[in-house]
Amino acid sequence: MSILVGEDTRLAVSGLTGREGSYHAMNNRRYGTSVVAGITPGKGGQDVEGVPVFNTFRQAAAATQANTAMIFVPPRFAADSILEAEDAGIATIIAITEGIPAHDELMVFNVLKRNPAVRLVGPNCPGVLSPGKANVGIIPAAFFKPGNVGVVSRSGTLTYQIGNELAQSGFGNSTIVGIGGDPVPGSSFVDIIALFEADPETELIVMSGEIGGSAEEEAAQYIAEHVSKPVVAYIAGLTAPPGKTMGHAGAIVSGSSGGGQAKIDALEAVGVRVGRTPTQVAQIAVEILRG
Amino acid sequence: MNYRAPPMDLLEYKGKQVLARYDVAQLPGREATTVDAAIAAAEEIGFPIVIKAQVKIGGRGKAGGIKIANTLDEVREHATHILGMDIRGHIVHELWLQLASAIVAEYYAAVVFDRSAKAPLVMLSTQGGMEIEQVAAEHPDALATLHVDPLVGFHPFHARRLAYEAGVDADVVRPVGDMLATLYEVFVGEDATLVEINPLVITPDREVAALDAKVTLDDNAMFRHPENATLDDSSAADPQEAMAKKRGLTYVKLDGDIGIFGNGAGLVMSTLDVVAHAGGAPANFLDAGGGAKAEAIATSVDVILGNPNVKAVLFNVFGGITRCDEVAKGIIEAYGMLKPSVPFVVRLDGTNDVAARKLLADANLPGVFPEATMDGAAARVVALAREHAA
Repeated sequence: MSILVGEDTRLAVSGLTGREGSYHAMNNRRYGTSVVAGITPGKGGQDVEGVPVFNTFRQAAAATQANTAMIFVPPRFAADSILEAEDAGIATIIAITEGIPAHDELMVFNVLKRNPAVRLVGPNCPGVLSPGKANVGIIPAAFFKPGNVGVVSRSGTLTYQIGNELAQSGFGNSTIVGIGGDPVPGSSFVDIIALFEADPETELIVMSGEIGGSAEEEAAQYIAEHVSKPVVAYIAGLTAPPGKTMGHAGAIVSGSSGGGQAKIDALEAVGVRVGRTPTQVAQIAVEILRG
Repeated sequence: MNYRAPPMDLLEYKGKQVLARYDVAQLPGREATTVDAAIAAAEEIGFPIVIKAQVKIGGRGKAGGIKIANTLDEVREHATHILGMDIRGHIVHELWLQLASAIVAEYYAAVVFDRSAKAPLVMLSTQGGMEIEQVAAEHPDALATLHVDPLVGFHPFHARRLAYEAGVDADVVRPVGDMLATLYEVFVGEDATLVEINPLVITPDREVAALDAKVTLDDNAMFRHPENATLDDSSAADPQEAMAKKRGLTYVKLDGDIGIFGNGAGLVMSTLDVVAHAGGAPANFLDAGGGAKAEAIATSVDVILGNPNVKAVLFNVFGGITRCDEVAKGIIEAYGMLKPSVPFVVRLDGTNDVAARKLLADANLPGVFPEATMDGAAARVVALAREHAA
């Protein structure tokens, strides 16, 4: 198994006719992902390297039984595209687009939460990779191999760093999920950790968080109550000064909330081991896996 | 719940310009950047008049940045004193002068983007004029709060509920409620992440007016509000931060002496931590983003070295979309162009890393030190910075 994307994934790409969208969608297809459709209003009937393009998600879903959407359109069109995918009955929506207005994300989140059958990952995320099965997004798949470590992260490059160190120690991944660094992510750590807990292939969960918000504290609470598998964590931005936005819109420490040490304390209090550097995270994970 | 609002983004008077578009009641006022302009504003507005430093930081009053004047001489005296004042690192370039009318009550009202609850949070208190965190801590009953379903919006009953819960005077329940509705309208209409009025005042005529304004707008939504582009005054920002922004880089200046270049916000934050862990102090955060090409890298190096405190630079890149060989070319190019006097430590992993390491080895630059791991690179750059400082 694996979570979110796998051998059953049938991917429809919003923004397939764009330069970035086609580049990454074709990379995903070369990896083995079944890319079945593109959606670009006004370009229905065309194709991109053999992948048919439709005017609407509904047409694409009806013609191709697409079950997963990748959103690769510019920020001003992204919220609309996510809602269109949901309206067409797509169950898994992965939004790569960066720079979506916060109020748009808020609206999308509140619409989607009324539909428990739908899961949105992102926006502003690198996507989801189940090594050996499917890759949806921009994660450089070459660095990862199949295995039993589930990774969930707010940051792309940091995920690659940790994943690469695990791979060098001989361990692979069930699935790697980038939930993105925006203030209102479609999926939280809790959502993804719940999926990993239920996934028989995943034996250990690595979560890579960062300063800002309270998602890591919420994850700690959830882990204490619902998770039997070992969890190893990392928190980036421990030394960032308060009040400064560090690239990710979400990564801002304001007042007493969102600080790195508070997150580490919350996680360690429920038995989660927290590495102080990405290298340490991989070392702790390896130690646990080797028992 | 997060009571703490994000940092002030618009200057008070610019926030007030936004509120004025929604007919939010305010007292007559004008901005001024010189003493003469302040005197002219006072002649027009009348007395008594409040002179307020315009800086993006709280605690202006305590720092002496807010004064009342009753004569033109006093205006001259206070304006001269406040202009150029340093309020916790923020230099005052602008003043706001406003009629000081009599006030019978000071309330607090705000709409905040509450990311934990994934909903706007509307707050009202009769204990205005002081820090809201203090109210929340000392008189939690005096702070009425309400999360709004953004799909439902803010309705009159929400306003009544807040007004009665906060215990506002009965005769102003309606105008205070109308004010809350307008602030919510501003919050949504302008893509704001914060609209805060502290204090919201009741005048002797029982009018409700916004005496102060903190408005934070969402940069990502600026395409919907071209008219708001002029509200952003990057003149007050750090010159290197302004230059980096113009060149499309995410750069934040910090207090240390080790320049940092990385790709991806999370990895760069982690790099800052690892450098601190190794005993060093980063001079900046710089995220070159995904797919950075040689030219963008040279630009980044230029920005990093523009900070005279920098004693050594650490390049920490994990290539995903970014190709390490492009980064290596950029470093070599920047090195040749800028001839830096400080050492570079370079750690490149990921896409095309082998080719990148070969490029660096072949270039054999005297001040460039390749390292294999992130922790090793951090230790090296800290040692080199110490040597360079000595």
